[in-house]
This record gives sequence, C-alpha cells and structure tokens, in this order.
Amino acid sequence: MLTVLRDLFRYRFEFRLGAILTGCIVAFAALSFVSPYPPQDQFVVPPDLPPSSPYWFGTTSRGQEVFWQLSFAIRNTMLFGFAVAILSRLIAVAVGLWSGYRGGLADRVLMSLNDTFIVIPLFPLLVLFYFVLRDNMSWPLLALAMASLGWAYDARLIRAVALSLKTREFTQQGVFSGMRASEIVTQEHLPYVLPIVFYTTMNNMTWSIGLEVTLSVLGFTNIDTPTVGVMIYWANQHTALVAGIWWWIAFPVLFVVILFIGLFLLAVAMNEYIDPRSRLARMGGATP
Amino acid sequence: MSAGAPQPHAVPQAQDERVLAVSDLRAWYQTRHFGVSREVRAVDGVSLQVARGEIYGLAGESSCGKSTLVKTIARAIRPPLHVVGGTVRFRFAGRERDIYALSQAELARMRWRHLSYILQGSMNVLNPVRRVRQSFVDFAYPHLDQPMPEFLALVEAHLARIRLDPAVLDSYPHALSGGMRQRVTIALASVCRPDFIIADEPTTALDVVVQKDVLGMLRAVQREIRSSMILVTHDIGVHAHVADRIGIMYAGRLVEEGPTRDVLRKARHPYTAHLVASLPRIGDDTPKQSLEGAPPNLADPPPGCRFHPRCPLATDICRKEAPPLIDVAAAHRAACWVTAPPAQHAAPGAAA
Amino acid sequence: MSALLEVDHVGMTYLVGGLLNRRVVRAVDDVSLRLEAEKPEILAVIGESGSGKTTLARMILNLARPTDGAIRFRGADLARLRGRRANMDFMRAVQPIFQNPFEAFNSLKRLDRYLFITARRFAGARGTEIAAHADRALRKVGLSLAEVQGRFPHELSGGQLQRIAIARALISSPRLIVADEPVSMVDASLRMAIVSLFRSLRDELKVSILYITHDLATAWTVADRVLIMQRGRAVESGDARAVLAHPQHPYSRLLKDSVLSPEDAG
Repeated sequence: MLTVLRDLFRYRFEFRLGAILTGCIVAFAALSFVSPYPPQDQFVVPPDLPPSSPYWFGTTSRGQEVFWQLSFAIRNTMLFGFAVAILSRLIAVAVGLWSGYRGGLADRVLMSLNDTFIVIPLFPLLVLFYFVLRDNMSWPLLALAMASLGWAYDARLIRAVALSLKTREFTQQGVFSGMRASEIVTQEHLPYVLPIVFYTTMNNMTWSIGLEVTLSVLGFTNIDTPTVGVMIYWANQHTALVAGIWWWIAFPVLFVVILFIGLFLLAVAMNEYIDPRSRLARMGGATP
Repeated sequence: MSAGAPQPHAVPQAQDERVLAVSDLRAWYQTRHFGVSREVRAVDGVSLQVARGEIYGLAGESSCGKSTLVKTIARAIRPPLHVVGGTVRFRFAGRERDIYALSQAELARMRWRHLSYILQGSMNVLNPVRRVRQSFVDFAYPHLDQPMPEFLALVEAHLARIRLDPAVLDSYPHALSGGMRQRVTIALASVCRPDFIIADEPTTALDVVVQKDVLGMLRAVQREIRSSMILVTHDIGVHAHVADRIGIMYAGRLVEEGPTRDVLRKARHPYTAHLVASLPRIGDDTPKQSLEGAPPNLADPPPGCRFHPRCPLATDICRKEAPPLIDVAAAHRAACWVTAPPAQHAAPGAAA
Repeated sequence: MSALLEVDHVGMTYLVGGLLNRRVVRAVDDVSLRLEAEKPEILAVIGESGSGKTTLARMILNLARPTDGAIRFRGADLARLRGRRANMDFMRAVQPIFQNPFEAFNSLKRLDRYLFITARRFAGARGTEIAAHADRALRKVGLSLAEVQGRFPHELSGGQLQRIAIARALISSPRLIVADEPVSMVDASLRMAIVSLFRSLRDELKVSILYITHDLATAWTVADRVLIMQRGRAVESGDARAVLAHPQHPYSRLLKDSVLSPEDAG
C-alpha cells in the first residue's frame, strides 16, 4: 500500500498537488488539538483586529482568534463531510450492487425507493428536520439525515455497472463455481465498482459540506459548534462585511476552497490508478 | 559473429511492378506507467514486397503482430506504438514514396484514392446514423473530382458491376445484414479503384456460408480493378481460397513466405508445417499433433529464433541467433537454421 | 436406458420492437434431443449465428427458461428446481465452458481461486484437499497447479485459459458438460488439442459433452452425433460421420460446401 502511495506521489502531478493541499488542510485542522482557547469561549482576545502579528488571521467581533476558530471549524467540517460520504457510500453500494445483480422484484422495489429519494427536495426537508428537532439537533444526527438522503443518485450509477457485469462470462463462471450471490457481488463485482465509488465519495463530500455550510449560514444547525458554515453565520450576524472585517469570512472560504481542490485532485489521481483498465496495463496485460 | 545479419534475398520483381516494399520494419509499443517501462516488440524486422495485382495473405495466430504490421504499413498507428526502424515504400502513379515521409496533406490525398482498407467490423467504417450513400460521399467524393450527380452515377455503376443492388445506398447500415454490410464496405473501399487495398480480417465475423460468398466478391472486385491487396487473417482456409502468396508471421517476425500452394503443401518452417498439419478437415482421420507452450511474450522475447522453445528441431544455434529469411525455392523463403540453412552465405559462426 | 438429458420439443419465443411494431422472434423452435445416461457421448450442435444454438445451451444450463416444452435432467424438470440445494445439485452434475477464454475469468483476480472455490463447494474438499483436487483436475487437461498458481488471466494464452476452464468444470465430477463454442476464440493450432480432450473426457471420465459450434471440421473429428440447426429449428441430426460425409438437407449441404479447406490452395 505504501509503495502505491509513494509511486503515485512520485509520478502523478495531480496526486502530488492534491496530497500537498489536502495535507496542509489536515495539518491545520490537527492544530485544533493544541489550541490555547476552547472553541466556545468568547472575548478571549481583543476583537476586530486585522491579520497581523500575533493574530495571523485577525480576530472576530466575538473576541475569538480567527486562526484557532478556523482550525476547529475545518476539523469539524471535514469530519462531518467524511462521515456523510462514508455512510451514504455504504448504502449506495449495497443498494446498487444488489439490485443490479438480483434484478426482478428486488430491483424494482429498491429502484422505486431510490427514485423517491432522488426526487425529494433535500433542502426543505433538512430545514424541516431542524425545526422539528430544534435543540435536540446534533451533528451526528444531521450527518445521519444527510447520509440517508445522499445515496440515491450514485446507487443508480452503481446499478448500471452491476447490470453490465452480470452479463459477463466470469459472473456465470462464479455461479457455476458455487459462489453465492453475496460472494459474487462483493468479490467479483466490487473491484470494478470501486473507481466510481471513489469518485462519488469526493462528489458527496463536497455536496455535504456545501449543504452544511448553507444550512449553518442560515442558522439551521447547531450554531455552538464551530464549523465553516457556523463561522460565516456568526460573521453575518455581526455584519462583518459591512463593518469591514473581511478576514472573518475570507479565511474560512479560502480554506474550504483549498480543501475542495485538494480532494478533487486526489480523487482524480486515485481514480486513474484504481481503474481496472489502467491496472491491467500496469500488470502487463493485453496490449492495445 | 558477423557484423550484421546476411541480407535477405528479395523476391525478384521488376522495380516498376512492385507496389509495396517494406524493409526491415520495426514497430514497438513503448509505455511508461508509474515508473515501469515496457517495450513490446510487436513488429521486429519484417521485410516483404507486394507486386501489382497480387493478393498477399498475411497469416499467423494471436499476438503474432500481423494486425500491427498492416496498421504500421498504412501509417495508422498512434503512441504508444512507434516505428523504431525500417521503411514502408509505396509505388503510386509511377513514383515510389516512403509513407512516413509524406506530409499530412499528401497522406490525405493518398488515402482512399491510392490506398484503401477493409476492416473487420463494417460498423467501424459505416456511419450508423447516416444512409450508406453518405459514407460513399464522405470517403470517395473528395478524391474523384466529379460533380455530385456524376459521382453518384459512378457509384451506382460500380455497385452494379460488382453485382450489388444500388438500393443499398438508401439504407441505413443497421438495416442490412452483416454480410451485406461487409459487401458494402468492400464496394466502398474499391470505388476509387485504388492501387492498394488492406483487408484486416474482412470475413472473420461472418458466418461460414456468407463468408464464402463475400470472399468470392472480394476476389472478383480485386481482379476487376487490378489492385494489389494484403489480406490479414488467421484462417488458413481463407488464404488457400484467395491469396496468391502467403506470409506466415510468428512473434513479430516473418518466418515463411511464398506462393500459397507451395507454402501450404511443402512448408519448410517447422511452425508453418505444424500450423497446417494441425487443422482439422472433414474426411481426414489422421491424429493431430499438438504443439506445447504458447507464443512468447513480446516484451521479453527469447534470444535467437523466437520459435525455438517450442520447436522439435531446435539446435544450439537456434537458441543464440535469429535465422535469416532466405530463398529455399522459387520465390519461396523461410527462416530456419535447420530446414533452410543459409549454406551459400557461409557467415562466420553460422554452423548449421 | 434412462435418460441423462431430455430436451422435449423446446421453444423460446420472445418479442422485439416497441409499442408500434412488435415482432415475434422464435429463437428456438421445437427442438428435441436426448442423451443417454449409461452411454456417454459427444453431441455436436452445429449452426451459424441466429440458429438458436446458444439459446439452447443457456436453457440446458438453466440460465434461461423455455417458453415451450420442457428440459429434464435425470428425470427432473429444470423448471421445477427451487432453492439453493437443488440448484447446487444440478450444477454439480452440469457444468459449462464458455466461448471467450479471456472473459471467462475475472481479469483482476487470480485463476486458482475459481478452482479452489469449486473444490470447496462442489467436491466438499477442506484444507489441503482443496489444492489436491485442483491439481488433479488440472493434470487431466495437461496442466498442473504449479503452473497456474498465483497467475492472472492476462499471463496465459487463450488455449491455456480454456484448459483451465475445462479443469474447473471437471472438479465436481459432472455428468454433462455444455461447451458453447469453446474453441472459436482459440488459435487454430491449439484447437485440436482442446477438442481432443473432449474425447478423453468421454472415454475415461464418462462425461457426456454437448459441443456447440459452427465449425464442421472439429465436429467431424470428435462428435458421435450431430444436430444441425438453422434459424431455431433442427434441420438434420444423426450419426456424426454419416451426416457430415453425406448431408441430406439442403442447408446442411450448403454448410458443408462453404467450408474452406487448406486443400483449396492453388
């Protein structure tokens, strides 16, 4: 595994750049563990100071240092996005592969469910979710809610791949070797589906982070825990842009953009590596 | 060891009768994937000539390089496949030119008018969303220098001459059967009366009954327009039926070449002999010998003669040096230290 | 004599086309054949594309259900097979060989895996027995486990892959092997070696083989009986040598005339 990563780093520009960018963000997020101020505390530093030493990213109107707040914010946002992506991938892969392979009634039922989820308007539903739960709304709960809404699109994609794999002869070979349906799906088909899964993970992360930022900016989440969106929410509450305190918004936005770019580059590079066709070319398979 | 391999004797052909001359052609796949370099020697030193009006059959089994060879001859190759050495010279309109020395414009002018091709999948050539007539316009119209009505009349006359119903021009490709489509492809490749046609597995995907019919048409067309042709197929029966001369390829090299009848009935190279002997025939009950092993990996071919790991006649020199392709009879060449020893050359160290 | 396989007036009809131009296609039309249990034999089903031979093979393997007629294996109707147990018992006795050796195995996985799983599930092997089963089966086709272990499909030739597929099919000690154009994608010089294997499977292992092909020449060399199909119907059948030497039906004659032989040269 390590040699794979080392090779990717050495030979693929996208991976190198992506790894560096994401690595920087992760390192920055890790700094939150050594933050001198607990994230909830206010007025621990003089407010409204522009970026200068010793406050490199400036301070907010709430008397918090942007640097440390941001490191918490990025950490929480990343964890959130990651959790949603993983959970929804699990559902999407399970539904897509099973319904593609099984066909028949199972396929029809799962796809009806799938299409229902595609059509549901997410944003109003999540806002409703907030209004119903109010103070009981927590980040894990929100992550769960978003995960259960974010799998439908990709399940169809995976199902399409599963359908084409079903017709290939090695699937029948597996059947006549005595493999059970679950074994065929996980051992034979999953490797072909992984590139798509990886790509959609990336997509899903940006989607969930974007949605989280939107909800937070509007105040529909738990605004006590700092995330990128919550930071922007508070900045808006204190009319930061009008007051000229641009650093309160600029730095969160900049960092989240860098994170997205880094993740995208990583996904593209890993994707090309995992893709069965390029794997075969590397192993020395049939020349074109 | 001698400084270079003894020169292969060319088939004696008058200069102006020769339409294609390939000389020591080498085309390799050169890839670099994540730091791993690989060189696959798909075509490794092939020399052959095709005369005017002749059908040259190129035979061989999978991964022998025959498809790569014709693609290289037609200059239809892309990286990672590169020409590493040798030349491909065509003689059109009295001038002999190296196809790799032509500019893109000259190449475009030459294609279809002088050099056309018939591919295995007719759907690779015919545009599926346009009527067949449009494919003729796309391919042939730019070359024939005629106003459209005269051009279309020419096409219809051509179809009538080769006994193809001109009504196919109005059809879409998917409405025609596989055999019909392939016939259309042949008509398309011959409408400009090119000097040279390359046919790559033209009937392989067709049913046995249709195949015989289509081959008959191919031969009739070729005779009618008097073009030369290279016909690539692994099916020896097809070669027996249409090819004037046949060349057998193995692992990127030409191992035997000569008039079809001579090569098939009096094969000199052990591989050819085995290939012909292993074919089943109705009415023939002789037990067939099987050849052990598999063709070599072209990224790491064995030294010397590439067939030696599987050859029942292999001797010491076979393992060290590649045998030259030399004449064994009139216009019949073979490359084997044992059955076609180049005694007349007496190159130092060539102890056969 | 009891029957190993009975195909009883079997047909497969399906509809093509959209809402406005439906068409009925009879892929297989009233085909019958019978293989005896005590007398293993090689039955060649010969036909071109569109003859229905592949559809027939799929029905016999229980991968598709006939719309007319019935297929019985050892007396039991295939349409009545329910549940994993019954299906496994069926598959233990009837194994396939597919046309494309390069597609027959997952190119991302090692080849020995299929052999081991078959040994575990169908031969009930455990622990070290598994490798022994695989090796025994491979030796029957002229290979050995040492040559195959740890290899990926792209490392071997079509002929070798097809042999491994045959070995895998033999592990469960089947009574019937359905081979769908097993050598059409294999090099010509290797075809006879594989097709001759079928003869030894019939004689030494007492396995009956349904050999689906379009190639009359290989059918001549190994088949005991032939069945010639055209557009879903059986047009001629009988003893292989008799039919192929002197075909009676016009289509059979046409097939035989169209065969191109190396003898035609010159």
